[in-house]
Amino acid sequence: MDAQSPLQSEIEQLAGTHGRNRTALMPVLQELNRSHSYLSEEAMLLVSKELSVPRSEVYGVATFYSFFSVEPRGKYVIRLCRTISCAITGKYHPAVASLLAELGIAFGETTQDGLFTLEQTSCIGLCDQGPAMLVNDDVHVKLTEESVRTILKDYRRKAASEGLVKSA
Amino acid sequence: MDVKTVHGFVGNELSFAGASADAGLKLAETMDADALIAKVSASGLRGRGGAGFPMGMKWKFARAETRDPKYIICNADEGEPGTFKDRLILTDFADLVFAGMAIAGKAVGAEKGILYLRAEYAWLRAHLEEVLERRRKAGLLGGAILGNKAFSFDIEIRMGAGAYICGEESALIESLEGKRGEARNRMPFPVQSGYLGLPTVVNNVETFAWVPCILEKGPEWFSSMGTEKSPGARLFSVSGDCKRPGIYEYPFGVSLRQLLKDVGAENAKAVQVGGASGVCVPAAQFDRKLAFEDLATGGSIIVFGQERDMFAVAENFQHFFAEESCGQCVPCRIGNVRLHEAIGRMRQNGLDAKTEQTLRQLATTMQTASKCGLGQSSPNAFLSILDSFAGELPAGKA
Repeated sequence: MDAQSPLQSEIEQLAGTHGRNRTALMPVLQELNRSHSYLSEEAMLLVSKELSVPRSEVYGVATFYSFFSVEPRGKYVIRLCRTISCAITGKYHPAVASLLAELGIAFGETTQDGLFTLEQTSCIGLCDQGPAMLVNDDVHVKLTEESVRTILKDYRRKAASEGLVKSA
Repeated sequence: MDVKTVHGFVGNELSFAGASADAGLKLAETMDADALIAKVSASGLRGRGGAGFPMGMKWKFARAETRDPKYIICNADEGEPGTFKDRLILTDFADLVFAGMAIAGKAVGAEKGILYLRAEYAWLRAHLEEVLERRRKAGLLGGAILGNKAFSFDIEIRMGAGAYICGEESALIESLEGKRGEARNRMPFPVQSGYLGLPTVVNNVETFAWVPCILEKGPEWFSSMGTEKSPGARLFSVSGDCKRPGIYEYPFGVSLRQLLKDVGAENAKAVQVGGASGVCVPAAQFDRKLAFEDLATGGSIIVFGQERDMFAVAENFQHFFAEESCGQCVPCRIGNVRLHEAIGRMRQNGLDAKTEQTLRQLATTMQTASKCGLGQSSPNAFLSILDSFAGELPAGKA
């Protein structure tokens, strides 16, 4: 008997929790997307088999929603709101410049150390406290040029303490 | 994460703050379905998501369906730009929402509820699960609510994954079924064939929150607020160029001018009412009323000060739609990209009469031929800005 890959075990376990049917597809993909930072081709094929959903449809769902990715991403995905209420605040452009300079990447890219992916997002419902961004599930509001640096430093420190990168 | 860290400013006294979820639920427990539907119908409560469908009528249709099980779905996919009232309701008044869903269940004969929470609000999930668990332990949710064996209802939280279109109820249902969030054809409506093809009531967070309040204080209390066609009050999310952004409650029929005074934006140049899918109202029309019969809105108010470049605003909104179009139908998928490009060009080169005519034709095509509300409303902001502020474009090239 073939030894089971860790990914296969993980997906079997997720299917056990959420069910082996179509309605389980979103929750299963959500958990995989979280634990691996993205949905690999291998993961999608295994999900297709486990839930009996055609592989084309698994891919269709994986590429429809903006929180899913089929490309590897950083440990922390930064989603900066670019919708109007955030974008017209005076602090928006300085905060963007600070993010870009501090990370040394453009929107859509991932830092060399694999820590951060920088994305822009549509309205995240923090319009009264913009500029705002999400880092994974965490909310950061009233961003300024300075606060952005502090926030990134905190995540770097957190990653270092977890042994993910050399100390910041 | 402590959900209170992003609580935000509340500008006036909210009805929800003085309401008791349990008082409404206890009353509902003693009433039969017809009485519940009659009460909610008498209040005149209309859906707070934007479309404004009468809640009592929706319940009545769902009640009449004979197939089981039925579902009650709370739409917490608050994605309209400038809207954040559901964030506050879920933070402070989740009990009202869950009680409202249970009451809806009793009225239509459903025992299963789903709260569809947008991925952007994942930080609220732990808090909401805590509230659900507390309510189950207190006998306010789950099997035999308040000891009544004929009243069972439980709620499960399901997450979105980042798609504005899933705020449209049929796209939301597709998403729950594990599909791409593409709007369905209507008919049938979700009350006839919704989640898994079963009768389903979908309502916005705020709509459910009003239900226990209406039972506790009576339909007359509710309908005495607002206008004849738009009974009651609602929450407004105010952002943009104003001194006091935040959440405000007003009865329907309040004028834009009154609201702007309260939020510290008397000198505004224009206000976007209803988010990206709404309309841009210039200062000359600030005496218009916020109500279904005049300026209908899901509650989003974005204020623009005198210095704003209104076509930069239009460009931002059109980019939003180009990003968020589900891609299912051509007028929306292609139209929004083309309109976005055109706004960029007119900001550089101005707009000649022939191009304007072409763009207005394109916009009309998108409004009439798009499959769902997203596409149909996607040119509204641009058109209303063009109507009021065309003079701000650079003079056209000869």
